[in-house]
Amino acid sequence: MKFARVQGTVVATRKYEGLEAVKFLVVQLLDEDLKPVGRPQIAADATAQAGPGELVFVVGSREAAQALPVVFVPVDLAITGIIDEVEVERGVRRAQPTAVWHLPPDDED
Amino acid sequence: MYIGKVIGTVVSTIKISHLEGRKLLLVDQLDLQGKETGAYDIAVDVVQAGPGDTVMVIDEGNGARQILQLDPGAIRAVIVGVVDEVALSA
Repeated sequence: MKFARVQGTVVATRKYEGLEAVKFLVVQLLDEDLKPVGRPQIAADATAQAGPGELVFVVGSREAAQALPVVFVPVDLAITGIIDEVEVERGVRRAQPTAVWHLPPDDED
Repeated sequence: MYIGKVIGTVVSTIKISHLEGRKLLLVDQLDLQGKETGAYDIAVDVVQAGPGDTVMVIDEGNGARQILQLDPGAIRAVIVGVVDEVALSA
């Protein structure tokens, strides 16, 4: 799942069967520092409670449709949760990994 | 699957039922030198991993559904191991 910011709503009256009750929102995908990545996309709102301005997480590909009431529908991005808080542990970030890392001799100069 | 590093936690009250009661961690993918690449995932944790841990992540829906015993299940990324050691040969 990736971070995304909800930017707006999409209304479509005529939709493929199974999508009648599904709410669609415009979302902007974000990187891990919550900065925009790529162009805005349309996501189905599986929480049914997300709204513009909110920070959410989205699931893509085939798993997106699995979040919806009718599972076999043409959807490739779905909002699966509304984020209350992201706690990034800055203290341990950018440090070496905790696992012991044995690099090949060539890479060690 | 890829090796990543847990860099944080994600808290969400309103979420789909598949995610209820599950711990969500922010994982940054590591390169072969063990450095963070900026590619990330919000992953479900099933091995009691925590921030700072080097972990193995599966990013594939059928495997995730099998591990979490969900059908349907709208989850792709799952932390399935805490890595102790990585050894690379030349």
